[in-house]
Amino acid sequence: MPAALAVRGLAKRYGTVEALGGVDLDVTEGELVGLLGPNGAGKSTLVKIACGLIRSSSGEAKVWGAPAGSRSARRALGYLAELFRFPGWMSADELLTLHQRLSGSTGGERERTELLELVALREARGRRVETMSKGMQQRPGIAQALVGTPRLLLLDEPTSALDPVGRRTVRTLLEELRSRGISVLLNSHLLSEVELVCDRVVILLAGKVVAAGTPAELARARGVELDTDGGKRMVDGTRDDVPRIVAEAVARGERVYGVRVLTSTLEDVYLEAVGGETS
Amino acid sequence: MSAVPVIVGYVLREALRRRVFAVVLILTIVFLVLFWIANHYVHSELGKLRVPPDVPVDARTFASAFLSGLALFATMFLGVVLAVFLTLGAVRGDAERGLLQPIVVRPVGRSTFLFARFLGAVAVTAPYVVVVDLAAVVITGVTMDWWPDRIVTPPLEVAAGVAVVTALSLLGSVFLSSTANGIAIFMLFGAGLVAGLLGTIGHAIGSTAIKHASTVASYVTPFEALYQDALRQLTASTSGLTGFLLQLGPFGGAYVHGWPVRLWAVAFFCLVGAAALSGFRRRDL
Ligand SMILES: Nc1ncnc2c1ncn2[C@@H]1O[C@H](COP(=O)(O)OP(=O)(O)O)[C@@H](O)[C@H]1O
Ligand SMILES: [Mg+2]
Repeated sequence: MPAALAVRGLAKRYGTVEALGGVDLDVTEGELVGLLGPNGAGKSTLVKIACGLIRSSSGEAKVWGAPAGSRSARRALGYLAELFRFPGWMSADELLTLHQRLSGSTGGERERTELLELVALREARGRRVETMSKGMQQRPGIAQALVGTPRLLLLDEPTSALDPVGRRTVRTLLEELRSRGISVLLNSHLLSEVELVCDRVVILLAGKVVAAGTPAELARARGVELDTDGGKRMVDGTRDDVPRIVAEAVARGERVYGVRVLTSTLEDVYLEAVGGETS
Repeated sequence: MSAVPVIVGYVLREALRRRVFAVVLILTIVFLVLFWIANHYVHSELGKLRVPPDVPVDARTFASAFLSGLALFATMFLGVVLAVFLTLGAVRGDAERGLLQPIVVRPVGRSTFLFARFLGAVAVTAPYVVVVDLAAVVITGVTMDWWPDRIVTPPLEVAAGVAVVTALSLLGSVFLSSTANGIAIFMLFGAGLVAGLLGTIGHAIGSTAIKHASTVASYVTPFEALYQDALRQLTASTSGLTGFLLQLGPFGGAYVHGWPVRLWAVAFFCLVGAAALSGFRRRDL
């Protein structure tokens, strides 16, 4: 079984700007991966290459084994752009009908109702897109990306225009999608989101991966601080190691005044990785 | 290919919902009413006109052919306006607004998309040009009691000219922003018209250099050549001094005409289409 998304040595140059400088990234089946990084890191570029909107300068990207941009690759994915717009005169229902036809979905009325329900638009299905706030338009946007039950979903900053309640809704939705086994790549510059829902996090900076792992791995223990008569020092280990570390110190005849397990949050890791660059 | 009718329908509904057709319909009715009034006045003035008996000019034919040429020009112009506004932002303009990406990521080929955009525009402009021109022909026919030598082929040829402009506009939309593309296409259209008129003048005064330049211009802007060819057909069988004088006027039709330019227009259209396709395929959106 090929990965939902496999990216190898992907590079993209816009003139003299190097947007991506050799990126490796995988999204396996049913996995929810967060792509984090400050603005301009290359997140959108990566996702656009994956869905065939732009061409890479070198390296490769495959969607379920098919070259990114090929018809079979596009058939298997759903995409919500960072900056999208739908014709204002369309209702959410008409928008989904259009995308059902374009994607060859045979789900019909039932699929539309189900998707509109998923994004809490069932009551507003006849409402024109132009009468919705930018944040609310995100909902038909996500529903549109899910037309034709894609097995890979690429979401480019789906929550940046949302208020906290809207973000919560998207988070619940992502959890729902994961329970259905859909693979998701979620671009975000908002840490909390990614931390709360993602199985794995990849941090991108200036077109390069600077850190990757599960949120727990990244927010790893940084060691145990031991305060003894010989002063404070760091010992490798986690909370589980504390009794042993203390026992060994005592056995060596040291006096232990204090012990502290140091952990870093994903935010610490992120800030460390991006070197304090603001987003 | 099954996506073609879907995209055509989308384009037409977009135009409908943006009231494009309502505006076009109203302005076209205004144009036809004004054209009818013009015919009416020309007809009544014609009664007062005294052509010297030794000048073998048929004033009615001359005036009617002139009016029909004017109508053909107007339909070409209106058709071009419609075609350009239906397509000027098809690629880059829509991509900049974020409208294009959700559609292009669907398993629809970019060539299918472009073809459907073209078809959507032609499905509107071709019937439009034919209907409006035939209406003008009927107006002139009824008020002036004069009918062009060929009735159906001129509007068809003008519709083909508009289709060539549509292809150019789609090509431009791949590389230029909506505004720049619109300006570029209208300037090209205007340049073609000026070159066509210049050619007529060149032939009238017998200037080889101007004739040469206008021949080149006809091949560079084949939509203009098609329009000129259509004009010429209005009075294809009008002979004598009347025919000669008509040829000297702005609606006389081209000296470059017939199958060479028509075939070249087809080839030109294919080249433009191929360039648009290959540009679109390479384009980052
Ligand atoms: N069409 C483009 N032309 C030139 N440079 C671009 C273009 N798109 C993006 N870039 C540049 O590429 C880099 C990465 O951009 P992007 O992928 O949008 O980052 P992110 O989504 O992480 O904010 C930025 O420096 C941006 O300015
Ligand atoms: Mg971005």
